[in-house]
Amino acid sequence: MTAVGLLPQRCRHCDTRYEPGAFAICEQCLGPLAPDYSERRSLPDRETIGARERSLWRYREWLPFEGEPELSRDTGFTPLFDAPSLARALGVGRLWVKNDGVSHPSLSFKDRVVATAVNAAAALGLETIACASTGNLANAVAAHAARAGLPAWVFVPEDLEEGKLIATAIHGARLVRVRGTYDDVNRLCAQVADQFGWGVVNVNLRGYYGEGSKTLAFEIAEQLGWRLPAAVVAPMAGGSLVTKLHAGFEAFIAAGLVNGPAPRIYGAQAAGCAPIVRLVESGGDRITPVVPKTIARSIAIGNPADGAGAAKAIRRTGGWAAAVSDDELVAGIRHLAEHTGVFTETAGGVTVAAARALARAGKLGENDEVVLCITGNGLKTVEVVRGSLGSEPPIPAKLAAVTALVEQSFTSPVPRALCQAAQSTPSAREAP
Amino acid sequence: MSVTIHLPNVLVPLADGHRTLDARGDTLKEAIDDVVGRYPRLAARLRDEHGRPYEYVTFYLNDADIRLNGGFEIPVRDGDEVTVVPAVAGG
Repeated sequence: MTAVGLLPQRCRHCDTRYEPGAFAICEQCLGPLAPDYSERRSLPDRETIGARERSLWRYREWLPFEGEPELSRDTGFTPLFDAPSLARALGVGRLWVKNDGVSHPSLSFKDRVVATAVNAAAALGLETIACASTGNLANAVAAHAARAGLPAWVFVPEDLEEGKLIATAIHGARLVRVRGTYDDVNRLCAQVADQFGWGVVNVNLRGYYGEGSKTLAFEIAEQLGWRLPAAVVAPMAGGSLVTKLHAGFEAFIAAGLVNGPAPRIYGAQAAGCAPIVRLVESGGDRITPVVPKTIARSIAIGNPADGAGAAKAIRRTGGWAAAVSDDELVAGIRHLAEHTGVFTETAGGVTVAAARALARAGKLGENDEVVLCITGNGLKTVEVVRGSLGSEPPIPAKLAAVTALVEQSFTSPVPRALCQAAQSTPSAREAP
Repeated sequence: MSVTIHLPNVLVPLADGHRTLDARGDTLKEAIDDVVGRYPRLAARLRDEHGRPYEYVTFYLNDADIRLNGGFEIPVRDGDEVTVVPAVAGG
């Protein structure tokens, strides 16, 4: 299919080195493997990167391939835009929204990791790809597999939102609904990866797959004009995104493309599934798993594989974490939509609501330039906001009926939707 | 009590090629002690130096994560199934 090569891997725990392969844990210590980049490789300067195609492959020297990957060439380089109205509403100095809700082709940041994983699968000659997913990864695996002409098996919790089920099945993927939570699905897929010769993107291709998330950090730095913000707020599910954002910023600082320090990283979770927030608050080193209970299904991972690493990255940068209620996250979705025109899904609502809570707790301030990572599209989870919007009865097709509505709006204006819940007590805790 | 322990592929060589092991004990800790007694090379990949579950594996008792139900001290019954899964997966 393609002549692209993969980098070797190295254990992040015991440093054992492995030739490229469809495995993501160390045979010696069972620790996580990561691509082994040569420190002697030639790195591009700003001008060279700027002249390349507007996709995540413009940063290919920091992705785990030798040669040019051929699949999913057009993923990445999503919009970053200034959001002054939202900045004022949240109480921060300047606010930028990085909108992966319009990522190509499947409308979430998971396009980045799957674009990476599908090329890794091709390089290894794997004939089927698969995943355990809370929804967005399911959509991305199904879409990228369809483009690559690969069969896909996608495993999800049975109660996933309808939009995410349809946006998976439409691509022809084999969609398997599993009784239980995402954590049950994940355990099953770890066994599936052992049993079949598939590339399970977030199990046995995980070391390569995760690297795609670094491109979110690269794009933020480049789109800000080759500089770093003071702070970044991102949702946390398995915790990988937060660790890779930090790795990406550090990689660009090390390459001399931007000046440090690395941004403070702030992680956001729903209160009904906040094991990483609790770890940050406790200062511990091991995740205590939880059974998720939240409408934010896309980030409902009770046993996050990268939870300890995420907490470590947050602490190292001087950041913090916040958990918000389901009411607050719905308010966050509406808040973003009303102030920026971006309709995000539940994880984005968590991010916005957490940023608000962090600002109220004094973690983000009037002198901070902040980037919010909006990782998914609201059209996939319309059911979570439907109840908060209300509806008016239809009118006859008569001008008089519209006139009556307009006059009524002067006497009892429709309130701007935000957001009783978001104005309630913030959930961010003070640092100990 | 007699339980069955299912190992991931990566641990099979440390159990002399066995994918499943029978173990005896009244708690999961005792069952793990039993298999480690017979397959000592498994010890460091199932427990850490403090006797806690090794950080890079997750134990499931009849499909439930043992950390939600008392960890290694959880009682086991005849016929229970214990599944050991590498912890680094998902997300």
